[in-house]
Amino acid sequence: MFDFLDSGQYDVLGAFWVTVQLTLYSAVGSLIWGTVLAGMRVSPVPLLRGFGTAYVNLVRNTPLTLLILGCSLGLSQTLDISLGGDTFKETGFRLAVLGLIAYTGTFVCEALRSGINTVPVGQAEAARALGLSFFQVLTLIVLPQAFRAVIAPLANVLIALTKNTTVAATIGVAEAALLMKEMLENEAQAVFAVFAIFALGFVLLTLPTGLLLGWVAKRLAVKR
Amino acid sequence: MSSVLYDAPGPKAKARNWIYSGIFVVLFGLVLWWALSLMGEKGQLDADKWSPFVTDSQVWTTYLLPGLVETLKAGALAMVIALPLGALLGIGRLSDHAWVRGPVGAWVEFFRAIPVLMLMLFGNALMAPRFLDVPSDTRPFWAVVTGLVLYNSAVIGEIVRAGVLSLPRGQTDAAKAIGMRKGQTMFYVLIPQAVSAMLPALVSQLVVILKDTALGGALLGYGDLLSMNRLISANYSNTIATLVVIALIYIVVNFALTTFASWLERWLRQSKKGTGAMVEADVAEVDAGGAAGVGKAP
Repeated sequence: MFDFLDSGQYDVLGAFWVTVQLTLYSAVGSLIWGTVLAGMRVSPVPLLRGFGTAYVNLVRNTPLTLLILGCSLGLSQTLDISLGGDTFKETGFRLAVLGLIAYTGTFVCEALRSGINTVPVGQAEAARALGLSFFQVLTLIVLPQAFRAVIAPLANVLIALTKNTTVAATIGVAEAALLMKEMLENEAQAVFAVFAIFALGFVLLTLPTGLLLGWVAKRLAVKR
Repeated sequence: MSSVLYDAPGPKAKARNWIYSGIFVVLFGLVLWWALSLMGEKGQLDADKWSPFVTDSQVWTTYLLPGLVETLKAGALAMVIALPLGALLGIGRLSDHAWVRGPVGAWVEFFRAIPVLMLMLFGNALMAPRFLDVPSDTRPFWAVVTGLVLYNSAVIGEIVRAGVLSLPRGQTDAAKAIGMRKGQTMFYVLIPQAVSAMLPALVSQLVVILKDTALGGALLGYGDLLSMNRLISANYSNTIATLVVIALIYIVVNFALTTFASWLERWLRQSKKGTGAMVEADVAEVDAGGAAGVGKAP
């Protein structure tokens, strides 16, 4: 049933490795971008708050497919911005990561913002009474507690991101979904076997993430 | 005071805020200027790239509106099928019998763990002559709907479960006290109340479904709104303008749905009829994946 794997024609592990790499780069990027956005959305400067709100609402309501296609067709093919990638493969990968960061950052931002709301008012008041500035209150007192409160929601965002990396297939990044499409076309007699392989791959990627981060969230939760 | 994090600004803070605003405006202006000049260089700002959307009604009648109809059609049908299926899955997961709870739980967890795109590809393979033999012109549509239903019925199952679990325990106790059986408790007492707690989360899920239809256009050749960008930019060679207009349509439709969902949530919270239980719409919207929020009574 699985003999088509022996032909050496398909590099399943290689494709999943690209998926993992896409996930890791985008996760780091969207954590940074999402934190910046969350900082903007709670800042005392109205203009920054406005930008943060507008960005989150616009991007969250746009399909990820459109963002990634936009990076490929708009940025790369029309405006010739290839993000420093030399080959077609590198360029596609970088553009996909950019699109994923732009999209996932909004979800990180919203999760963090709800975490900031769980920090008791007294904490920030005490910090201000000590004479800390907004930036110090945010980075020294509020964000460290907020991060610990939102590990579980962030784990959900990470799992969603892992699955969303498949959208990179639309601009030809050779990750799991693209290989699955190719295999389904070539091995029509083994549809269920092909599906089982890729389904198993994703269960193996997402299940440990959820369990591990769920455990970490419990360990690190601030007891109140 | 406007926020936990800072006091109402005094004269000094106000001055500082103006400086920060100024810096932001300059930075934002620079990025915008760079982007616009780059677009100008490539001729993407020329009037004839953008004017078709205003002057040429054909762009709308031949491409954009039919595309939007296809998107809405697939989304609505997927929602209509996934809703009852999700309700069954949710109730199954709450069953007292391990032989129902176990398999249904496994089914739900399995289909939530797999990307929608892969489910659509699988659906597409199932539509081939070998299996279901769907005519090739409607194949992409059914493939998209199959993928969306498999994934979203699992997510809706979780929303239903969270909705029922969010109800106060007293509801079940009271139903038992007046002698209702398990099934009666579920269908006459719990589900009707859970529906009101779930409504906002379900409307938000519709946004996720509409966004996901775009995958069908990009990889399976379904004629949805996003796929129209190829046809339009082939005719008018205005890639960026087309993508911007299409993005705006998605944003308007989805923003309307999101606003409706949060209005519904506020309305349900205020009306005295409900139990005050609510499934967090936001968490379910973490979309493409995350667990449906476990409802909390305020």
